[in-house]
Amino acid sequence: MSGTNVILNPQAAIEPERYELSAPPPYHFDFDRREFFKFLGAGLVVISALKPAAIAQESGRSGRRKGESLPREIDAWLHIADTGKVTVFTGKVEVGQNIRTSLTQAVAEELRVSMDRIDLVMGDTQLVPYDMGTFGSRTTPTMNLQLRRVAAAARDTMISLAAKQWQIDSQKLIAEDGKVKDPKGNRSVEYAALTKGQQLTETLPAEDPLIPAAQWTVAGQSANKVGGRGFVTGAHRYPSDQKLPDMLHGKIVRPSAFGATLASLDTKAAEQMGVTVVHDGDFVGVAAPTSDLASTAAASIKAEWKTEPQPSNRELFEYLKKNPAEGKDLTGDGDRFDTGNIDAAMAAADHKLQATYTVAYIAHTPLEPRAALAKWEGDHLTVWTGTQRPFGVRGQLAEAFRIPEENVRVLMPDTGSAYGGKHTGETAIEAARLARAAKRPVKVVWTREEEFTWAYFRPAGVMEASAAVNKDGVITGWEFHNYNSGSAGIRTFYNIPNQRIVFYATKMPLRQGSYRALAATANHFARESHMDELAHAVKIDPLEFRLKNLKEQRLRAVFEAAAKQFGWGKSKTAGQGFGMGGGYEKLGYIATFAEVNVDRKSGEVKVVRVVSAFDCGAVVNPDGLRDQIEGSNVQGLGGALFEAIEFENGKILNGRMSQYRVPRFSDVPVLETVLIDRKEVASVGAGECPMVGLAPAIGNAIFDACGVRLRSLPMVPDGLKLS
Amino acid sequence: MSPIRLAVNGRSYTLDIDPQTSLLTTLREHLDLTGSKYGCGEGQCGACTVLIDGKAQRSCITRVGAVAQKQITTIEGLAKAEQLHPVQQAFLDAGALQCGYCTSGMIMSAVALLQRNPSPTSNDIVNFMDGNICRCGTYPRIVSAIQRAGKQMSGPAAKGATR
Repeated sequence: MSGTNVILNPQAAIEPERYELSAPPPYHFDFDRREFFKFLGAGLVVISALKPAAIAQESGRSGRRKGESLPREIDAWLHIADTGKVTVFTGKVEVGQNIRTSLTQAVAEELRVSMDRIDLVMGDTQLVPYDMGTFGSRTTPTMNLQLRRVAAAARDTMISLAAKQWQIDSQKLIAEDGKVKDPKGNRSVEYAALTKGQQLTETLPAEDPLIPAAQWTVAGQSANKVGGRGFVTGAHRYPSDQKLPDMLHGKIVRPSAFGATLASLDTKAAEQMGVTVVHDGDFVGVAAPTSDLASTAAASIKAEWKTEPQPSNRELFEYLKKNPAEGKDLTGDGDRFDTGNIDAAMAAADHKLQATYTVAYIAHTPLEPRAALAKWEGDHLTVWTGTQRPFGVRGQLAEAFRIPEENVRVLMPDTGSAYGGKHTGETAIEAARLARAAKRPVKVVWTREEEFTWAYFRPAGVMEASAAVNKDGVITGWEFHNYNSGSAGIRTFYNIPNQRIVFYATKMPLRQGSYRALAATANHFARESHMDELAHAVKIDPLEFRLKNLKEQRLRAVFEAAAKQFGWGKSKTAGQGFGMGGGYEKLGYIATFAEVNVDRKSGEVKVVRVVSAFDCGAVVNPDGLRDQIEGSNVQGLGGALFEAIEFENGKILNGRMSQYRVPRFSDVPVLETVLIDRKEVASVGAGECPMVGLAPAIGNAIFDACGVRLRSLPMVPDGLKLS
Repeated sequence: MSPIRLAVNGRSYTLDIDPQTSLLTTLREHLDLTGSKYGCGEGQCGACTVLIDGKAQRSCITRVGAVAQKQITTIEGLAKAEQLHPVQQAFLDAGALQCGYCTSGMIMSAVALLQRNPSPTSNDIVNFMDGNICRCGTYPRIVSAIQRAGKQMSGPAAKGATR
């Protein structure tokens, strides 16, 4: 039992100190190869370095690493031990998208070893190379490729070693099943034997030949989840399951509203419970031997908070349109695209159509709430936490506690999902702050209510679309304004000569951040709904109308493939409606067709069937890919139909699972997926793009069923009001 | 307060614990059985599902004092040594998990369903499982995993291997 420990320091150590940020980067990757082998044991190490052009985009640290001692940027490494065990180190993390599996497949393919001999070390800041984070569907187009190149280089080294041993031309040898084989000489040698007692380091050649997708045997096939047994037996330890000897449980006393400041505090009752109480600026928390005691002690603390009036969800869209971000005006100086002469096109059009679309704030609702376990050893901090950005969280911890980043180690156990919602390290900081005071490890696991309130949200937004279209169905002008929701997917992929597209940064009524597919969902909803409205205005079939204005072959192909599978053009019964939506996002191409049923009496809308056609280049794991597409559609149903955060005066009004509806078994339609596997095209990600076509497809199908045009997401939180 | 006796996965435990403590907290914090998950704390998501005398119950809203005389089975108690329960195996084979955080609760609910109804229709499964949330959206795969497990458990080949 720890003693009472009250810290009364109004200048919170939690607050970042800016000059720390501009201090020289404290990272250093020790490339002394003896160090490497001391840690990994004898064998072969292959290091992969990004090309300079890719660095800024992928690592996000271009220009921040002056004086860097490393000649090149390292983004992955691989070790073959003299036991034949392969260990791959990457900064990417596993949050349910099953990249641990698809990356293992990629390595197995190139290295020619079975998947069960490969271990991926992911997201441990002490062991893996720097990585900006796992988001933006970047893992497959970048890390997958890098690991394939590393594995290919390792395979070639194995072949060279065998060639040297046998005094034979390496061209005559092949690699297979963890061995180098000499087919003519009828002999083979295990990788393990080749690396025995060796300490070899290879830096990846600039361009190593990779196995073409058409010749893949492991990649390109469906594979079961790596480590799957641990998940079905309950053995896998998620961040919230982590445990250390002498560990305490932490609980934070939350402000009464967003932006509230502490006016008065009485912690006497808590102190008498023999728990650690920490008051540091506006941070108030306790640590106790059990989570129940921590909760009781936190509840006994009397805190008064000073709050400010804040907007509510009822006036949200008006607020966004009237309140530009600090230092901005509403001319959209941030992000805009102009081509041709939009004003002239509008004036000359046969038909003009203007409409406003909105999307609400929604919550990621990862089933595992934020969790972190923190341990101090002197001024060295180790934190286990669920985050998509282990290195980002490391930086936040270093900043909060004013210690160098090299004193902080963040480990990311495979986590109970994130969907863009776990980019930040607030829980890690809370656990570390309490652990520092308690002088013992502390775990903080947020409650569902905390997760709904103190995480961040997918941005709400207002989209205004105007279009000019000739009576033959050719679109001549496109004007599109987005307030706050974001500029991902804002550009139209239809071929329109005159365009004005503008994003406006506004004040943010709630804390907002990344979300699966981000603003692409909002922008596609507005654009593809507007396309449907235009098609009806000129009385042309919506599919024909799209194809008439679309040149991009891969996008046409997914629309055509989905239409065929769906049976577009078939007749419908009363209450039935068909619709489509699609687009291009995160380098992938999606078309989604939906069938809905609208019960005119009850107003109930049921999504009956969804057909998706998707093209993400060469398919790495077909079953995993279908899984991501199905998952996108199921998750997307929530935001399309019923999810919305309600708030008022800095408080969340529906922050419980019983008050915030997410999709369940009974909401799920028949899901059909068409994969367009382009062996000749590099693979790209699939976690986000497949989601963007769903909401407009459903909205357009509802219109088709009953003539009601829904322009706000969620579309039917309380059913459809007809008549 | 007098100690509470608990029977979990065929083992008995004596715990000095407030009977008002939730069963979920007891399992996770006091017995280090972390396979049962916290998801909402109000019985809405099913991640904490365990079997109490064979019935699927939400351990987050069950007080430990109320289950002292009962047989509790958690996800950790399902496999027989190396042999996975057919429902566990079916989840792996059907790829019915992405992040896997809902999986323990899904499997426990499915085991309870199959005990009552060895060959459920899709509708039976949807109705029974509707209190379990999967945020990754693997619902269709979970339905097929449960049907697969049901066939395996009631098929002639399964006798002896299952429970």
